[in-house]
This record gives sequence, structure tokens and C-alpha cells, in this order.
Amino acid sequence: MGWLSENGLLLGLAALDGLAYAASVFMVAVGLNLVFGVMRVLNVAHGSFYAIGAYTAASIGLAIAAAGLPSWLSLPALLVAAALVGLVLGPPIERLLLRRVEGQEPVLQLLVTFALFMILEDVQKLIWGVQPVSYDTPLKLLGTVDVPFGEDVIPFTAYQLYVLPGIAILTLVGLAWFLRRTLTGRIIVAVTTDREAATAMGINAARVTMLTFTCGTALAALGGALAVPTTAMVPGIGASTIVLSFAVVATAGLGQIEGAAVSALLIGLGRSFAVYFEPELEVVVPYLIMVAVLLLRPQGLFGVAETRRI
Amino acid sequence: MTSIADQPGVPATTAAGISRRGALLGAAVGTLALAGRSAHAQGAGQKPAEIKVGIATYLSGPASVFGVPGRQAAEMLFDEINAEGGIAGVKVRPIFVDEGPGVDHFMGEYRRLVQNEDVAIIFSAISSADCLACAPLADEMKRPTLLWDCGTQRVFEDGRYQYAFRTQANATPEVLSALLYLLKVKPDFRSIAVVNQDYAWGRDSWEIFRTGLNALKPGVRVAAELFPRFGATDFSTEITRLLALRPEVILSTSWGGDLDALIRQAAERKLFERSTFLMPLAESSLERVGKALPAGHLIGARGDHWFLHPSPRDPAQLARFTENYRKRFNNWPIYPCHHMFQAVSAMKTAYAKAIAAKNGGWPNDSELAAAFRGLEFPSLTSSVTIREDGQGLENQIMGTTHHSDRYPFAVMTDMMVFPAAQVTAPVGQKSTEWLKTLKPELLTQLPATAPFR
Repeated sequence: MGWLSENGLLLGLAALDGLAYAASVFMVAVGLNLVFGVMRVLNVAHGSFYAIGAYTAASIGLAIAAAGLPSWLSLPALLVAAALVGLVLGPPIERLLLRRVEGQEPVLQLLVTFALFMILEDVQKLIWGVQPVSYDTPLKLLGTVDVPFGEDVIPFTAYQLYVLPGIAILTLVGLAWFLRRTLTGRIIVAVTTDREAATAMGINAARVTMLTFTCGTALAALGGALAVPTTAMVPGIGASTIVLSFAVVATAGLGQIEGAAVSALLIGLGRSFAVYFEPELEVVVPYLIMVAVLLLRPQGLFGVAETRRI
Repeated sequence: MTSIADQPGVPATTAAGISRRGALLGAAVGTLALAGRSAHAQGAGQKPAEIKVGIATYLSGPASVFGVPGRQAAEMLFDEINAEGGIAGVKVRPIFVDEGPGVDHFMGEYRRLVQNEDVAIIFSAISSADCLACAPLADEMKRPTLLWDCGTQRVFEDGRYQYAFRTQANATPEVLSALLYLLKVKPDFRSIAVVNQDYAWGRDSWEIFRTGLNALKPGVRVAAELFPRFGATDFSTEITRLLALRPEVILSTSWGGDLDALIRQAAERKLFERSTFLMPLAESSLERVGKALPAGHLIGARGDHWFLHPSPRDPAQLARFTENYRKRFNNWPIYPCHHMFQAVSAMKTAYAKAIAAKNGGWPNDSELAAAFRGLEFPSLTSSVTIREDGQGLENQIMGTTHHSDRYPFAVMTDMMVFPAAQVTAPVGQKSTEWLKTLKPELLTQLPATAPFR
């Protein structure tokens, strides 16, 4: 109790930080999980969509500023960038590449998506170069909020405190509602559950797959677009993002949307508490959590154990 | 009967049963080829058709923020050399290799540059791990190698090499000058925190800094030691922690996108108003972060190179280089560009020295390597001397950020140029041991400051 009363305020600050971090991690991981849930493809190129979403959002934002348009447009520009990347990259990649490896060995799928990742990394460098790209107008637009800390105050950005968690919660609720309450969502769930039976019922599974992959791509791009106001985009950012996303997805259980939210929260809070109380563990905490969960539940927190088919 | 191996154009390896005549012919051809290579490698005193220069730099990954400007500077400088007729009339040609895939790949590339491309000299590398790996390889393959940008002091403190030389400073003077500058401009600080990238440079630079700090100003409280993941994009948790701790000084030797993100996030959350930042590598981020980096914080440039250096050796040359680079690549040159200039300058000067020593004859590999030892060559702001242990002696500039209407980013004022000998561990001494011997009296011998003009 003594420790808690001494560090209660710090725990509060750490929780706020952890929440914002979890929100940004969730945005990327949920797309990865959605795609896996429907297509059974672990998409390594998901990290590239994150990076391209971020670069595109920065380019659109900078173009808005250069054109002298109102700065509030920078906020919807983040969503526009995500949609644009999803629509431009999602359908052709699914149609021309992933559809050809659907149902193939997981190793082949990994290699194909890894090759795509490498190609897209070079495309990024061709278009945006190698210098870090930043765009912080949305951050400046919303300003800061002073959070009381004893007799002191700690400034947080409103973007970090409200926008990131808000959009993550909206995405989670929206996706759950879409998948369970709408016809298209139920069709996606049907294809996920039993593709063959769904096809026999007259569902165009190929179209569902394309739609899902486009949504997954857009979600990754949205994660990148939301990250760009607070960070600097550099070559290689996609690789580090995908590694963390895999940790979230593995912890959650492959294909689990709500699970991704819970595991992102666990990892976000765990990392944040580590920075405050044991900084040396900051880098490894997400993976320690993943290992601990997988030791206890190999199928992940929300995964369903499957019987081996002989 | 004619065997397959006797037929022209068929490689001997395709022969299922090679004849004695074929084997002898192959051996003779192989011997002649090796003899020819040997004659080139050892130097027959003949000018080559061109000087091929292998250049290892980062063309992929986060460190390409340094690697690509380095390559661009090399392309510009090599074009200028060739436009002037080359080195002693011989044109130069760069062959770039990417350090991005890692040390093992780089070692293969190094061997390929020597064995397949037959480069005369290699500039290698940005990564300290690559430098530690290639210095022994340079001796093994007997090819002059210039460590053009890497920072680790251990290369020449832990080993002696005949063919490896560094054309710039190392981590010790780069970090020690930052510490001395801090002690000069903010002598009364009592607490410090560190936010460094979690990899060798981040850890080693903090070790150097802390060792020097303990010797020169013992008793300073270390409020936090934070080592976020290399390539981290979100520092909000670290910033909150530092806002709560309120250390008087925050040291960060981070670079690239990590440093840009840290500066922007810290500025947005007013951390710069609570603590003084000390950032020895921030020169490379100035243009990108613009005026998000406020005035009054302490920055360095991994050397004494800075386009607004208070007293450059040749102001016209510095201005010309800066303008040419800006026109061609649309960016201000940052420190890897200067380090590349230094490697090119060292190469030109060493060739001139070696050719003169041979009365106009073309030097072989060992003669060229020998020319680098003790070599003094011009940099864009002063000059660099390569010591007998292979380590370059390069001055160090530190300054305080200042906002001027003339530039859309922070520039340096109250600049202090530390003489290389003052901040570099002497030959034969290990930096960590030498730093412990520093005395506070050193602070009375520091150079004067120069304002922004």
C-alpha cells in the first residue's frame, strides 16, 4: 500500500501514456487481424501500408498548407489518406498477388508478402526519399491539456489524450457493429467461418475477400496517418511496426478483433509502466507479455484451440 | 579423341573427365591471371585506367538519413575531381554498397569490392559494427580503407592496423566536447536525465558522458536513464516521465527520425521550457525540425563542420560546397556530407603524397596505405591529421540554438570549437580510462565562444 500511495499519481500518468500508445498499436494490429481472420494470410506487407499511409497523410497535409487552405482540413486529411491508400493499393494487390497464394502453404504466403514488403519499401524511398518526414499541424491545431500532478501540471497533447484513443474506440465499436449487425458484415463472418458453405449459399467469396483486404489496408494506413502528427517517418518504420503488430496479434489470438484491443491495451500499459518503473525493460515488455500469454494459452488470449486434422 | 574440356568456350568445370593438357592449360591461365592481379595489387608503377573507390554507406533503413546524403556528397565530389582531370590524371569512379542488410552481408560486399571490383581504396563505413569488422579485413586483404563516418573509439584503441585509417574523430571527442560545453555554459546544473537510442551508440555515448561527468563534476544526480527502442516513433511516455521528474539537463545522443520525433514531441509538450537539452548530433536534424527546436539548447555536429562555422579555413570553399550541394540536392549539407568530403580530401592528399614519395611513380597498395599515416589534409572548416595509430584528429564544434530571420530553422550561436588534441584520448590510452583522469582544471582551458553572425 505504501508503494501504491507513493506512486499512485505516477501510475495515473503512466496509464494515460499507455492508453494512447495502445490506441496507435491497436489501429495497425486490428487490420492485420481482420485480414488474417478472413484470408488466413499473415500479411508482412501490412507494415508497408502503415508507412505509406503515414507518408501519404503527410504529403496531403503539406499540400493543404502549401495551397493556403484552412489548417483544420489537416484532420479529415488523415482519414482521406487512409481511404486513398486502401482503395489504391488494396484491390490490385489482393487480385493480382494474394489471391494466387490463397490456400497455399503459410510459408509461401509469408514469402510472397515479405517480397511485397521489400518492393513497397523501395517504392517509399523512390517517392518520399530517405529523410524523415513529419507533419504536426493536427497536433498543433488541438493544443495541449494540463493534467494535474500533485502541485504540478503535466502538459499532454489533446491529440494524444483524446483523438488517438477516441478513434481507436470508434474503430473497435464500428468494426464490431459492422461485422455483427450489417448484412455485409455477416457475409464476411460467414466467409470467415466456412468459405465453402458460404460460396454454396451464393456468396461471392472472392469479392468479400477483396473488400476485407481493402479494409485491412485502409486500417493500416489509418494507423500510419494517425501516427504521423506525433512522429517522424523514416525508411524502415514499416518493419518495426509489423513486428510489434505481430506481437499484439499473437497475444490476442489470430483473427480476434476484440482480442487485438485487449492485447494492445496490455502491451501499451505494460510498456508504459516499464518506462516509469523499470526503463531497462521497455523494449522487451511487449514480447514478455506475448511469451507469458502464449505459454499459458498457446492460441492467444481470445483464440479458439483447433483440433488437429489428420 | 578430343575431350570436352579442350573445346574453346567450354568452362573446365563442365568437363566430366578433364584431360591432362586441359588441366595444365587451366593452371597456366590461372597462374597468369593471378600474376596479373598481383602485379596490379602490388603496383607496377603504371597509372591505372581509373581509380575505383568502394564506398559503404546506408542506402536503406533508418540510417539512410545519413547514408544517402553521404552518397550524394561523394557523387558531387567525384564529379568535381573528374571535371578537374582526376587524381594525377586518373579518373575516379565510386562503387556504392549498402550497409543496410547488416555486418555479415557487408563483409561479403567488402570482399567482393576487393576481389571482383578490384577497388583501389574503400571508404567504410557508417556503422560502428561494420568498422570494427572491416579494419582487420583491410589488413587481411591489404587494401587501404578509410573509416569515413563511424564513431566507435574501440577500433584503434583495441587494435593496430596497417591499412585502416579514420578520417574524422571518434565518439570520445564528440561526447566529451558536449560535456565540456555544458559545463561551461551551465556550470551549476545538479541533475541530468538521458534519453538515448537502445543500441551500441546510445549506450556507449552515455558511458563516455557519465565517466567524464563523474571526473569533472561529481555528485550530479542522474534523474532517469531512458533507452527507448532504436527506431522508436513515440516518446510520449518518456516525455511525461521527464516532465514529472524535471531534470535540469536532458542529454540525447539520438539521431535521425528518432531525434526529430523526440524534438517535435518535446516541443509540443513544453519539455524544452522545463529542461535544457544537450544534443550532440542535432545539427543533422536542424533543417527538418525547423523552428520546433527552440532557442537556448545545446547542440553539436560530430566534428567542427557547420556551414556557419565562425572561422573556417577557407570561407569561399565552404560556401561553394554548401551552395553546390544545396543546388544539386535541395538540402543543406549535414555532417555525413562533411565526413565524405574529409575522406575524399584524405584520398587526394594521400595519393599526392605517395606519388611524390615515388618521384611521380604510381603507388601500390602498401605505399598508398603508408601515405595515410601522419597525413594532414584539409577539411571544409579546418584540417584533420591522422595519428600514428590511424585515428583522425578532428576539432569539435558545439553551440547554443538561436533563431534568426535568415534561416527557417535554428542555427548555432555562442559557438565553441574544441581543439582535437584537447578532447581526444592520447595514442595508446583507452578512452574510458583516460576520461577518469580528467581534472576540473580542464574547464579553465576551454576556447572562447563565437556568436552567430
